[in-house]
Amino acid sequence: MIDFEIPASLGKQLQILEQVALNVMRPASRHFDVHEHDRPWDYIKLMWDGGNNAGYRGRAGSGDLLSMSGGEGGEKVSGPKIRNLALMYTVEMLSYGDCGLYLSTAGGALGAAAVEAAGTPEQRERFLTRFKGGEPKWGAMAMTEPQAGSDTANIRTTAKLTEDGKEWILNGEKIFVTNGLMAAQESPGIVVVWATIAPGTGRAGMRAFVVEGNTPGMTVARLEKKHGIRASDTAALTFADCRIPYDNIIGSPELAKAEGKDSKGFAGAMKTFDATRPLVAASAIGVGRAALDFTKDFLFKQGVTIRYDAPPNVLTAVERDVMRMEAQLRAAWLLTIRAAWQMDIGISNSLEASMCKVKAGEAVTWVTQKAVELLGAEGYDCKLLVEKWMRDGKINDLYEGTGQINRLVVARRMLGYSSKEL
Amino acid sequence: MISFAPTEEQQAVIDTIRRFSRDKVSRARHDADENNAFTPALVQEGWRLGIVGGWLPEEFGGLGEPHSAISAAIYAEELAYGDLALALQVLAPALFGLPVFKFGSDAQKARWLPLLGEDKQPALTAAFTENGWSFDPNSMKTTARREGDEYILDGVKVRVANAEGADAILVYANENGATQAFIIEKGTEGLQISQRESLMGLRALPTYSVTLKGCRVPATARLGEDSGCDICHLLNVSRVTVAGLGVGVARIALEHALEYAKQRQAFGKFIAQFQSIAFMLAEMQMEVDSARLMTWEAAWNLDKGNEATRECVLGLNYANDTVMTVADRAVQIWGGHGYIRENPVEQLLRNARAFASLTGAAML
Ligand SMILES: Cc1cc2nc3c(=O)[nH]c(=O)nc-3n(C[C@H](O)[C@H](O)[C@H](O)COP(=O)(O)OP(=O)(O)OC[C@H]3O[C@@H](n4cnc5c(N)ncnc54)[C@H](O)[C@@H]3O)c2cc1C
Repeated sequence: MIDFEIPASLGKQLQILEQVALNVMRPASRHFDVHEHDRPWDYIKLMWDGGNNAGYRGRAGSGDLLSMSGGEGGEKVSGPKIRNLALMYTVEMLSYGDCGLYLSTAGGALGAAAVEAAGTPEQRERFLTRFKGGEPKWGAMAMTEPQAGSDTANIRTTAKLTEDGKEWILNGEKIFVTNGLMAAQESPGIVVVWATIAPGTGRAGMRAFVVEGNTPGMTVARLEKKHGIRASDTAALTFADCRIPYDNIIGSPELAKAEGKDSKGFAGAMKTFDATRPLVAASAIGVGRAALDFTKDFLFKQGVTIRYDAPPNVLTAVERDVMRMEAQLRAAWLLTIRAAWQMDIGISNSLEASMCKVKAGEAVTWVTQKAVELLGAEGYDCKLLVEKWMRDGKINDLYEGTGQINRLVVARRMLGYSSKEL
Repeated sequence: MISFAPTEEQQAVIDTIRRFSRDKVSRARHDADENNAFTPALVQEGWRLGIVGGWLPEEFGGLGEPHSAISAAIYAEELAYGDLALALQVLAPALFGLPVFKFGSDAQKARWLPLLGEDKQPALTAAFTENGWSFDPNSMKTTARREGDEYILDGVKVRVANAEGADAILVYANENGATQAFIIEKGTEGLQISQRESLMGLRALPTYSVTLKGCRVPATARLGEDSGCDICHLLNVSRVTVAGLGVGVARIALEHALEYAKQRQAFGKFIAQFQSIAFMLAEMQMEVDSARLMTWEAAWNLDKGNEATRECVLGLNYANDTVMTVADRAVQIWGGHGYIRENPVEQLLRNARAFASLTGAAML
């Protein structure tokens, strides 16, 4: 039955998260925007320590929402499976608070998602249990290189097996690694590093490896200064003869042998994206909603109310803009929760995951830019957060596949084309 | 619990309508547009799918299910996926029947609803839209004035489907600032059905303008009699149904564009292999899905009994924008061939623009 009712348990959890968003995150927003490389420890600790109580980490029924590391082998979940759906709501709400801070939340994030999507049960145990307790830890995923962004198959970082076959040696440079500093250096986290085991073979040689935090040979070369989401650390990582155990290649051991012959490794990355693209969409929508809510409040105080059922010829341009902002965000949100629902009930969502990402990336970009415009001079002023939301929101149309790359994914799926054909 | 899956019953109806739309309507669509009519047999067949009567009480020959705005929107999509003109023609009696079902007095129900349970499509319709760019459903120019035991109606309505020969028309009019509906029967003095209208699209749909000149009806002709009707609710139900129709038209346009792009070649490639075409297709799909989900959510709110004007308006606007862009892109993807009436997308572009006036009118 088509239904849009959220489960009551999730509703309660969201009320708590809304308090965190409004009372913990918002007051810290500006500070971490201005002090770009400060770490928001208060927020990080609150989230990590309070996890169990607040229910966003390690609680039966909801899984480890933010760490992306629970669900399997954990407590038995009763009732319908809503893990991914719950994650979308959580991420949306935290991004409504502050997108940069949300990205700084300790947990497995993209790195764990990759292990979860393509790792063996043993690897999940070895790499993911750390996110359940102790000190805060981070997971990161390093795919992008200076010469290879969208064109991931063009990565040059190499992984070579040692002669005794016991270790891999990684060499190369990765850029734009979200939480790279925290995962690689400041906590015993994990960095999932994409490298080629057969240079020159493109996708066929690509494999993912887990490099644990503080492994010798992995260093943080630089922290980027960014347009927005400044609270989030974005690091360049260098790998110089970085040795990791043989078993750290994600997936079945055969992958190591199938040298240059198939693209299962690459398929693993794509599988990760099916799970994470809707999260980016959810985050985008949270930022968009922050801007929209603020704008509506602001306009209301100026005496502007939105007359939804007035005939088109009497609507003002501002009313039309606001209605479009609402509709664009809502449409993106519905596409997003549909992609999550598909994951929860176990049906393939590659098409829908990319679709929601395209829509949300574009919606947040337009909505936040429009918000700055509608607020007039005040919109541009750093006394308000609206200008920041515009800068924060834009990232969602760029990372995890730009709007163009996700359009390609959608089109290929619709047409039944391979990457050679389109 | 959030879910995007229709019920089994809904799915069964969807499959039935889809088969009808695919196998029969799509073949008849072009000729019907050229000849200004579908065959009566096809209209009757559409009627007999029984889409309209799920909510009709069993005593009147229906299934007696609760009225569901979600079902209405979904079925409307499937019908319009076949053809919008046919969809509107098939649904016309529901524009009369549903308001009577929702707000009619017992006497009105007993008199009119049995007609909806019959195998033959009843000659019932509604007159809602008025000319003029400032048409406002909440402040109509057509007026109804009470005089003793009668109402006197004056005004002009347009786009009244199946008006000619209609046994009764539900006419919406402004009564002291509020919109109310009145059942005007055939032969009422002062009721005039004009020549058939000639429109850019929907050419197979017989629509008329209807003039009311001092049209006198008994007070019992007012929908709901003393209680009247809730125009806001009727408008919202109509909005999501129209939005569903829009999604259906957009979906068939996308399907034609996709198929064509896969087989048309230029510069030694299939045109779908050019990103400018492929991206259009991706965006079309994204917008069709968005419009559908917006529509469903609005309809779901109505079914829950929530005040959902905002959702319904946003959903309808969304569908309206979507159907226009998607139909336009479909013609673009077909190139010059898209401009030729022989090819399906040409007609879709004309039909798509109808939603602009359906949006203003909201009530078909
Ligand atoms: C703040 C931030 C955090 C990030 N976090 C991570 C992370 O944690 N891990 C990670 O691995 N990466 C991360 N990235 C990298 C991000 O995923 C890439 O920047 C993104 O994929 C685009 O790659 P690029 O910057 O090299 O752009 P390019 O690939 O050079 O693209 C430039 C332009 O060309 C377009 N383009 C490229 N190829 C095509 C094509 N085939 N068809 C049509 N258009 C095309 C693009 O859409 C874009 O508009 C992050 C980036 C930022 C800014």
